[in-house]
Amino acid sequence: MLLLTSLAITIFPEQISLGLFGQHDFIDVLLGASIGSVAAGHPLASYVLGGELLAGGVSLYAVTALIVSWVTVGVVQLPAEALLLGRHFAIYRNLMCFLFAIAVSFLTVYTLRLIG
Amino acid sequence: MIYGLTAVVDSELALRALAGFTQLLDKVLPALALVFVLIFAINLLLDPQRVRKYLGKQSGIKGWLTAIVAGILSTGPVYAWYAVLRDLRQKGMRTSLVAVLLYSRAVKLPLLPLLVHYFGLNYTLVLVLYLIGFSVISGLIMEKIEGVRAVPD
Repeated sequence: MLLLTSLAITIFPEQISLGLFGQHDFIDVLLGASIGSVAAGHPLASYVLGGELLAGGVSLYAVTALIVSWVTVGVVQLPAEALLLGRHFAIYRNLMCFLFAIAVSFLTVYTLRLIG
Repeated sequence: MIYGLTAVVDSELALRALAGFTQLLDKVLPALALVFVLIFAINLLLDPQRVRKYLGKQSGIKGWLTAIVAGILSTGPVYAWYAVLRDLRQKGMRTSLVAVLLYSRAVKLPLLPLLVHYFGLNYTLVLVLYLIGFSVISGLIMEKIEGVRAVPD
């Protein structure tokens, strides 16, 4: 997993990650949440990837959205969740979690600024 | 295998990635060691039967707290928990508590040392608190949408 993460970080150089991110805070958050939503790796990879993206200049908003959506939204697992817990439940829960990832990212960063 | 394929296409890129891996490993190894110890300890303490006892329809505040704690302590892939949660719902587990448990899984207790390592203690504490808070909100909303004890279709 760490091998794959470091391979991904090497293949997608800093310029690409900064080209993707850095447009506007809200767009960065949407992008981070979207990437996290479709990611299917171990959450440990999200922390490592998030840390490296942050070190590479990506905003904490986007990184937080990525980390949160990685573990709360499961587009890849959606068919399994729908089959076992109900289609209605699965779709609404994942939509809600996507929106929550955005909310949590803004709230976390604002709170950190408030507490210094 | 992926590294092998990458080496065939671009050997220098593969070497750089490997070098990056060793640097990454050096940075995260201390935190990872703590992570593995915590995972082992949690797997010894938590089993689905124990969770089932405290998540029934009349569980009240205790049920909410149990769902949050169970989610935080749960390990393994989420799809393994779908089957357990389906079983529990059919036996009377509240819809809200299913959503709470699934959301509070976002708090990965064994991985917190790694989160602290990369983002700091303040960030970790604030994020964990918001995740727990939003797990409760997710439960309340899902119960409004689905009803107290909706059986999966």
